[in-house]
Amino acid sequence: MSSLMLEMSAKALKLNIPLSVHLDLTYRCNERCVHCYLDHDDHGEMTTSEIKHLLDEMAEAGVFILTLSGGEIFLRKDFFELLEHARRLMFCVKLKTNAVMIREKEAQRLKDLDVESIQISIYSHRPEVHDAITLVSGSLKRSITAIRFLKSQGLKVIIANVLMTQNMQDYPGVRALAGELGVECTLDPTVTPMMDGNRSTVALTVDHETLQQVFRDPVLVGDVDEFCAIAPKAGEDDLNSAPCSAGHNACYVSPYGDVFPCVAFPLPTGNVRRQRFVDIWRHSDQMNEVRSIRVKDLTTCSSCSHVGTCTRCPGLAFLEGNMRGPSTQDCEKSFARTGVPSANMLNKKRNAAKLVQIRALPALAGASA
Amino acid sequence: MSRLYLARDPRVAARSLGGEMMIMSGRDSTLFILNQTATILWQAADGATPLDEIVDSRICAEFEVDRCESLQDAESLARELASHEILQISEEPIQPRSATVAESRAESRVGEAQ
Repeated sequence: MSSLMLEMSAKALKLNIPLSVHLDLTYRCNERCVHCYLDHDDHGEMTTSEIKHLLDEMAEAGVFILTLSGGEIFLRKDFFELLEHARRLMFCVKLKTNAVMIREKEAQRLKDLDVESIQISIYSHRPEVHDAITLVSGSLKRSITAIRFLKSQGLKVIIANVLMTQNMQDYPGVRALAGELGVECTLDPTVTPMMDGNRSTVALTVDHETLQQVFRDPVLVGDVDEFCAIAPKAGEDDLNSAPCSAGHNACYVSPYGDVFPCVAFPLPTGNVRRQRFVDIWRHSDQMNEVRSIRVKDLTTCSSCSHVGTCTRCPGLAFLEGNMRGPSTQDCEKSFARTGVPSANMLNKKRNAAKLVQIRALPALAGASA
Repeated sequence: MSRLYLARDPRVAARSLGGEMMIMSGRDSTLFILNQTATILWQAADGATPLDEIVDSRICAEFEVDRCESLQDAESLARELASHEILQISEEPIQPRSATVAESRAESRVGEAQ
């Protein structure tokens, strides 16, 4: 993030302005990715006029960066009408899509509407791996074709590569593909639970050894020694800081109008069909509770040696049962990065040791029977 | 002397944040924060009002400045903003490519580029 954007983010935080909003236009999708956290049935998406009204409210509230995502955004027949409205309101629009419905005509319209960037999910450079994750035959080929159309228009494209068990050896191939296509590439080793709390998808997370390998790849992390260094002891500023931008200068709106602190933080705070967006943002008890949390308030994490550098996600912590608690997936990342177990991991180890003693009791009971 | 007309470049993204105008270039996503004078030009850039009228009504009327000097500075600033593709400038009135929303009045500081 540029220094000016950091400065504007800090200012938005101070003024309580939602600088950035992620809006999912639909949960419907034409792919069925094995790790997806969404229910793809339509439970009553906002209409065209409802979304336009929401965009008006968001512009008035000061939202600058608008990420349109899904589901698959191009499944909405009114997608370009909504995008035109958003650009008329002068949002900086970023798109997230699988791109399989983008052809030359759509790429041209995206260029005409001056979207800032288009992020496209690519899981592997090998069709047999990518298509086995999306569960749609030919999807890699179609996404790559779309990237070429978008690039030919001069648009900024970012390949988003989620690392999981099925594709963990393929990230160098995806990076090479991105290089060949002339686009950026990001890698994310976090597989999130489903929004309803179902954690089955988390089983797809890569193992400790793969995380270590990724965190020690200079192509990905730059200076490995610096990246893997143990954080210096947290100071007062660290402990008094907000744990994340969720609910502070950013939030998420679902296709049904529900407002959450973040797409990965499914704590309901209000619904724009019944309330004004800005009223939810400013006055929701839940939003204000999230906003009140400082690093020093985090149970376990505030005393953890990783607190200064951990990527702890409050949404993942919430899905584990406590928004002030640790996010185990981030503990594992800090451990893989530094070799030092987190306070949460040490606590779990101590508690597991106690459970072993309890397990001996049935044997005693059997001996006495 | 020919008159200069200004219009907001419709390719940018823009928002007023606490009195400062944030503008993101449509060309390369560079972020700019407009200073006070640049914000006045941006807000008044409707494609139809010539720069000298903007300077008279929005700068000279509100600040104790020399008109001739202000006009020269404003033209120089307009050309700089045009070089960053934030404003369009022309010696003829400019037809808007698409409607833009009115931005709230902004007070700002010295312009900065990323």
